[in-house]
Amino acid sequence: MERSRRNFLKISGICLLGLGVKPVVHALAKNEQPQILPGPDAMTAKRWAMVVDTKKCVDDCRDCIDACHQTHNVPDFGNPKDEIKWIWHEYYGHAFPGQEHEYEAEEIERKPFMVLCNHCDNPPCVRVCPVQATWKRSDGIVMMDYHRCIGCRCCMAACPYGSRSFNWRDPRPYIKETNPEYPTRTKGVAEKCTFCVERLAVGLMPACVEACKHGALVFGALDEPDSPIREILRSNFTLRRKPELGTRPQVYYIV
Amino acid sequence: MLEKALTGSKKYWSWITLLLILIGIGFGCYLYQLSRGLTITGMGRDISWGLYIAQFTFLVGVAASAVMVVLPYYLHNYKAFGKITVLGEFLAVSAVTMCLLFVLADLGNIKRMFFLLLYPTPNSIMFWDMIVLNIYLLLNIVIAWNTLAAERKGVPPPAWLKPLIYLSIPWAVSIHTVTAFLYAGLPGRHLWLTAILAVRFLGSAFAAGPALLVILCLIVRRISKFDPGKEAIQNLGRIVTYALLISIFFVALEFFTAYYSKVPGHIHGLQYLFFGLEGHAKLVPWMRVATVLAIIAAILLVNPNTRKNETILGFACAATFISLWIEKGIGLVLAGFVPNPLEKIVEYTPTAPELLITLGIWATGFLILTVLYKIAVSVKEEVAA
Repeated sequence: MERSRRNFLKISGICLLGLGVKPVVHALAKNEQPQILPGPDAMTAKRWAMVVDTKKCVDDCRDCIDACHQTHNVPDFGNPKDEIKWIWHEYYGHAFPGQEHEYEAEEIERKPFMVLCNHCDNPPCVRVCPVQATWKRSDGIVMMDYHRCIGCRCCMAACPYGSRSFNWRDPRPYIKETNPEYPTRTKGVAEKCTFCVERLAVGLMPACVEACKHGALVFGALDEPDSPIREILRSNFTLRRKPELGTRPQVYYIV
Repeated sequence: MLEKALTGSKKYWSWITLLLILIGIGFGCYLYQLSRGLTITGMGRDISWGLYIAQFTFLVGVAASAVMVVLPYYLHNYKAFGKITVLGEFLAVSAVTMCLLFVLADLGNIKRMFFLLLYPTPNSIMFWDMIVLNIYLLLNIVIAWNTLAAERKGVPPPAWLKPLIYLSIPWAVSIHTVTAFLYAGLPGRHLWLTAILAVRFLGSAFAAGPALLVILCLIVRRISKFDPGKEAIQNLGRIVTYALLISIFFVALEFFTAYYSKVPGHIHGLQYLFFGLEGHAKLVPWMRVATVLAIIAAILLVNPNTRKNETILGFACAATFISLWIEKGIGLVLAGFVPNPLEKIVEYTPTAPELLITLGIWATGFLILTVLYKIAVSVKEEVAA
């Protein structure tokens, strides 16, 4: 081949491209997900799920919300545009859109419905994430890796429950009291409820469940036929949000 | 050949300077966004994709439309398009570059962008979109550059180029199909959850892209010695006509399904866009303008007497381009988030920095387009002389 500056540059370019391919090969060769390792007292299950008993839920009570948001360093920006929330109130018509009708019992209309991530069996957010920053664990919990998320917000478009939040700005100055037990996030990443994996790993119930004095939130293993959650599901009529979408949500509502 | 872009008239340099100023302003705003976060945009938890992703979606269509000149020339040996294939391909290069820049501008965590390569995820449409867009960019650069270089030397293009050219034809279809899949596969976003979204995208793309190309051909003829040819321009006009009518038809299909079935989810998005939903009607004036422009363009394009007049054709193409830009580059993406999954209505207004970043990226695209067209036109002038 003719030795010219042009050819030299061409070959250098190709070599550089080759170097760029190396990490891709690496990534394909090994692919392990980060994990929260269970401690000796860890609670384990093949399928975690939650029941929200709206009959027991008390108007204007914020215990579960405050407990969750304090535990997980959820900031409060004071504006709805940037808002981050893991668990919150909705009215019936918003939690179950399309189900409401004009002649609804006043009690149903007024009741707070706690909504959170449904930890779907078939989660669309996991399907769309281009970097596997969100994935479903073997116990059914849909997890988030804040260090992996590139902030494309595909998951927010994909979630049919509006359960995902995004750090539109640096959250740290807006956290009232930082809990050193749980990481704070940086701007530009998505987040949501994780069924408190970090608490389950040390044998504690999710913060919201623990905080609820009225027993309106029940958390447990779906795979154990004798578990309290199975007993509740057996003896009550329960609803799930938007089951027609095929996401198979794992938060059940007693209305 | 790059040196051709370094000599030009005073007007050329003023245009370049103007674009560079816009890019500079846009970049400044981007640095501001980088330090403060995406909070400086109008996006929020309910409208989580805004102007950036909407522009990206529209421009993928413009990029894909290069196939409308490449296919007739290379597959059907339609000679009149031979002179302008390179213009189509260079338009694709600039459009794809803008697409990629819009995606980057939208990322919350730009420093992690290579995670897309580091953790390849085949079940994610975003992953595939990144791949097809980058390869399409590469294909068009290689094809256009080598054909132009061969033309300059007065030799036929190298034989190894042919398979790449054939590959670029289905590839153009793929980029817009994959982009449509970003939306059309999401449960619970009813406006997007429609099987005809990909063909709707292609329909509007094959109208908007060639419409822009007609305008560019008319400009090139006015400011240079290179004439793309009356026949080529007229036939581009015909393509725009058919594609515009097809895309109007597709929108009508969406209306039928929604309003005849009366399924609320299907109606909401269209109602929000065209009539307003529960008093929220920010996009209604835009969509009305888009509708009127589409109707005017369709009438002017269908009538052979008006289409054959190049001034009127240019006007009709501008109307087509603006109309479809509103439909896809504003309406479709934003209205997909209305109402939100909890059936609440939140509206979106882009902020000034967001608009300036958007303008800066458009200016970058036009800078690339100008430089590439300058090179192409200079080569063509040189060959003709």
